[in-house]
Amino acid sequence: MLIDAIEILFTTSLWVAAIRIASPLIFATMGELICERAGVLNLGIEGIMVSGAFTGWLTVYLGGDLWAGVLVAGLTGAMFGLLHGFLTVPLGLSQHVTGIGITLLATSLTYFTYRVALSDVTSPPKIDAFEPYAVPGLSEIPFLGEILFYQTPLTYFAYFIVALVSWGLYRTPLGLAVRAVGENPSAVEAQGISVTAIRVGAVMTGSALMAIGGAFLTMSSFNSFFFEMINGRGWICIALVVFGSWRPGKALLGAILFAAFDAYQIRLQQVTGGVVPYQLFLMMPYVLSILALIIVARRASYPKALMIPYQKGER
Amino acid sequence: MRLEPKPAPSLFISLSYPVLAILATFIIAAVLVMIAGAEPFSVFYLVFKGAAGSQFALLETLTRATPLIFTGLAIAVAFRAKLWNIGAEAQLYAGAVMVVLLGTGAISAPPIIMIPIIIAGAMLAGALLLLGPAILKVRFGVDEVVTTLLLNFIFLLVVSLLLEGPLKDPMGLGWPQSERIIADARLPRIIQGKRLHYGFIIAIASAVGVWIIMARTTLGYEMRSVGHNPEAAKFAGIPVNRVLVKTALLSGGLAALAGVSEVAGLKGNLTLDISPGFGYTGIVVAMLALLNPLGVVISAIFVAGIFVGADAMSRAAGVPSYISEVMVATALLCMVTAIMLTRYRIRWK
Repeated sequence: MLIDAIEILFTTSLWVAAIRIASPLIFATMGELICERAGVLNLGIEGIMVSGAFTGWLTVYLGGDLWAGVLVAGLTGAMFGLLHGFLTVPLGLSQHVTGIGITLLATSLTYFTYRVALSDVTSPPKIDAFEPYAVPGLSEIPFLGEILFYQTPLTYFAYFIVALVSWGLYRTPLGLAVRAVGENPSAVEAQGISVTAIRVGAVMTGSALMAIGGAFLTMSSFNSFFFEMINGRGWICIALVVFGSWRPGKALLGAILFAAFDAYQIRLQQVTGGVVPYQLFLMMPYVLSILALIIVARRASYPKALMIPYQKGER
Repeated sequence: MRLEPKPAPSLFISLSYPVLAILATFIIAAVLVMIAGAEPFSVFYLVFKGAAGSQFALLETLTRATPLIFTGLAIAVAFRAKLWNIGAEAQLYAGAVMVVLLGTGAISAPPIIMIPIIIAGAMLAGALLLLGPAILKVRFGVDEVVTTLLLNFIFLLVVSLLLEGPLKDPMGLGWPQSERIIADARLPRIIQGKRLHYGFIIAIASAVGVWIIMARTTLGYEMRSVGHNPEAAKFAGIPVNRVLVKTALLSGGLAALAGVSEVAGLKGNLTLDISPGFGYTGIVVAMLALLNPLGVVISAIFVAGIFVGADAMSRAAGVPSYISEVMVATALLCMVTAIMLTRYRIRWK
């Protein structure tokens, strides 16, 4: 049995699944990372993922193009981001309470809309979702090619987002401003840049990515929308941001490791053949997240202005 | 735009803004009702009738309010000390599991002894469940928001494991449910033949007790100081970490009482769906009450009324009952905004 358990680690199917499971987490983790780098904790993540999963799916279900669905999901997320940003940045409300409120609102509003829009539907309808696409050339690379380049286009989009966020945060003036409002907002204001605008913009962008992360599940994984499908993924992404020390590269690595573990436990369940209760396996992702937080907590370097509202003229 | 502190608000202002927040909630809900193709006033009338239009409706609302008072108190206590306990859902189930462990025959005594034992055991279970995140917070600096949230998922799986294993009812036809607890362990009904049980009385008593702790004891003073400004509290010689741990024990214990209410009071056994998110709704209840323990009773009845009324309305008017959850979330956001506006003035320039 032990040999079997180890052998799984070297199968391509495990790692293909790991990248697929990681994709929605990558989007949402990058989204949360942008928000927190700008100094705003976004606990709306869980609900925003629910809303994006629904609106992306609905767009396609109503006859829209797949990429239009991604766009609509992103816009939905940005709208909730605008609400969270408005309440927490210029109004300076508690980011904890507002975030939980956004999650409750986005989730319930989604379920309400689902019931209104599809009142006579009993089982959730499927859509023609994104299909895996073999990248010419790259997918020929042994082992790694199939893992990384035989995925759906939305996964390739996730790779692109990580590159864009890394480049944007560290190589552009805008990224510098985002990082600076999360560390020392008064210094940014002194440069004549609006802290409010940067923070709200960051929360909107980040929330759009969270929603696209949710949409990945309905448009590239399960191909239909059902209640409670996000199932705590948003909270796990918050843990991944801390685990990744607020750096896109490390957060990406964390998401993939985490997803690999998740894919592994599913396969391990089959090997152990019902000897170990399945709930213990299902618990692992959450337990792992808490352990990761404990491990990194001591040396975590939070953005210094995280969760501290900024008022113009105050120091 | 920027915020300017106002002088201490008058009583009129501090009461009228929350009322405006509730009004705003109803206006937003009215828009959604219209989108769903119904007429708002008749829908609100049906909600009201379903929540308070008859003795049955009113008792049902109070029954639903009972667990919400407990989770609302749990959150009010924790948030007052700025301990972000989002895990009341898990603590509720911890209490419920303890009721089953103690109440299915492990001990047997007359109700006068049995019920206090069950209550104490459940509170201990809930308190211990929040003790973990509290210790991680004060010892390692791990954010309690994420740990308590993740524990909700973990603990629900633990309950599922127990209900399919050691706590499974052998007569349950394979359903994941526990055995029924013995009659002596049940909280009696207040009115024979109705669902309202003594848990409601315990909830009111708890609210008064928590109010006394918060307003009249050193611990309450310390909790408020820690929540207001931990640095200043530390400077004033308050053992901040110890206060946070005590807060966690109290908060977890209170949330667990919601589990007692649902298992020993209402259902009689434990299933995986005894709580439709009472732990999360408790956050709204506490915020609507401005974290005041006595206010929690009123806001819990209000929120329960919306839930019970919306269920009845949904059957009659065809507007999805999720409208109640939208209203509760909207009320939360409107209320935090209103509280801010009683303290600050917005300057647009």
